[in-house]
Amino acid sequence: MNILVCISNVPDTTSKINFIENDSKFDSNGVQYIINPNDEFGLTKAVWMKESNAANVTVLTVGDQSAETILRKCLAIGADKAVRIDCDANDAYSVAKEIEAHCQSINYDLIICGRESIDYNGGLVPGLIAGLLNYNFVTNCVSLEITDSKATCAREISGGTEISECEIPLVIGSQKGLVEESDLIIPNMRGIMMARQKPLEVLEAKNISAKTSDKKFHKPEAKSEVKLVKPDELDKLIDLLENEAKVI
Amino acid sequence: MGVLVYIESEENKYKKTAYEALSYGKALADKMGVKVSGLVFNCSDTDSLKKYGADKIITIDNSDFEKFSSKKYSHALAEVIKSENSSVVILSSSADSKFLGAHLSGITDSSYVSNVVGIPESISPFVVKRTCFTNKAFSSTEMIDGLRIISVSSNSFGMIESFNDSTVESFSPEKVNSNQRTIKIEKETGSITIADADIVVSAGRGLKGPENWEMIESLADTLGAATACSKPVSDMGWRPHSEHVGQTGKPVSSNLYIAIGISGAIQHLAGINSSKVKVVINSDPEAPFFKAADYGVVGDAFEVIPELIEKLKDRK
Repeated sequence: MNILVCISNVPDTTSKINFIENDSKFDSNGVQYIINPNDEFGLTKAVWMKESNAANVTVLTVGDQSAETILRKCLAIGADKAVRIDCDANDAYSVAKEIEAHCQSINYDLIICGRESIDYNGGLVPGLIAGLLNYNFVTNCVSLEITDSKATCAREISGGTEISECEIPLVIGSQKGLVEESDLIIPNMRGIMMARQKPLEVLEAKNISAKTSDKKFHKPEAKSEVKLVKPDELDKLIDLLENEAKVI
Repeated sequence: MGVLVYIESEENKYKKTAYEALSYGKALADKMGVKVSGLVFNCSDTDSLKKYGADKIITIDNSDFEKFSSKKYSHALAEVIKSENSSVVILSSSADSKFLGAHLSGITDSSYVSNVVGIPESISPFVVKRTCFTNKAFSSTEMIDGLRIISVSSNSFGMIESFNDSTVESFSPEKVNSNQRTIKIEKETGSITIADADIVVSAGRGLKGPENWEMIESLADTLGAATACSKPVSDMGWRPHSEHVGQTGKPVSSNLYIAIGISGAIQHLAGINSSKVKVVINSDPEAPFFKAADYGVVGDAFEVIPELIEKLKDRK
């Protein structure tokens, strides 16, 4: 079984968010990049499936050379092979089209993407890939079992879980629950050494034109100071919520 | 040309986010000078949609669409888009809508922007404002010509009544073959879900143990709120994972978020800071959450919460 895990290179949560070039571009200066957390849950599941489903795991990212650091980390975690499609990842549509093109040449049985990235939060790429390839699709996926060609998935829905069955090939949007945080694999020295020997292929991009573009970024207005209410004046808090904020 | 709104329903009832999406669609259609239609799957109530300004209500009544299926629904939407010659599709930000939106965008080869707040800044070029970097920034995003899909962020636009005596038309989409089928839906009954709630009451490690959640549930009951918790609390098994809100948990975009005994780690704030009003109750005046809060009480939750419940009850 062939599994593709799509990886986003994202700024660490604690990064300072600043913009440059007249507020049209994210300032990556001094920013620490990490594997998008939702992708990492998916990658861990894929590594488990190497044993349970005799799977072969490829990780893929669409991005420039700076993204190779996290691809090496994915290899150290347990992926067998890495692919980087060489272009700037600026819009979900063009990224999904690049991935679609790659998937036309190699047939994957399962494509895993994080349900959304923590930088642009669009949550678009997994559904786009599924739509473009006409594969089955389950996002917010919290459980997955594949036996032969049949997949059983659980999807988190508002107030509960939906269980569904389908045939592979399948695209899932992974999130916490598929594996738990405590299951995430921290690469050991052996893994890191082995990662150096594993293939990392760089593919030329199709240079698909974007459908959306960020024209200008801006930060929310500075928050006004918190209004503190003394614990023995809770009536005042209720008044503020009722009459000033108008939320109760 | 026209705006098409996907009207989400469940068990013959529309979701609140569906009315918000329709209100948004109506305002956008007015700005563009076009008509707005709403597409409804298996829901007989059309009267309530007239209140929110739909010019036309398109209904699909077909047992094949009884359960939500991203594939079937998006193919049906694609057909309606074609027959209506729609130029913009409006979706809510519910789990199902975002599921369907990306799928639809792939099928129809259209541009799609999610987490949109506010009516487009301009129509030509078409520029929308959306949140990004987990609500730490906004982007003015241009969408190229052609079909456009927009997911409106929950509680960002609100429900705006504007009566319109809508026409109602039924539509029969072609059957889509899919080997994907829903086997089972497991839902907690009785409680308000975090996604649908106007008010969310959330508690953290400051509560000291799962046995102390009774007062949190009681406060939530009094306010008609959903309950939530911080990551450590769900990791320790004090509360179910489904209540975990934050970056890797559920996102919260409620009108009021009350955080009790939660220090306010950056990953937690990332998940909740699109909520409109934040109240923090914490015994530690140095808790970082106070910096992100609108209102705060520095005090012991075990004293403050029972008293707050009493006072709220007295007012009713």
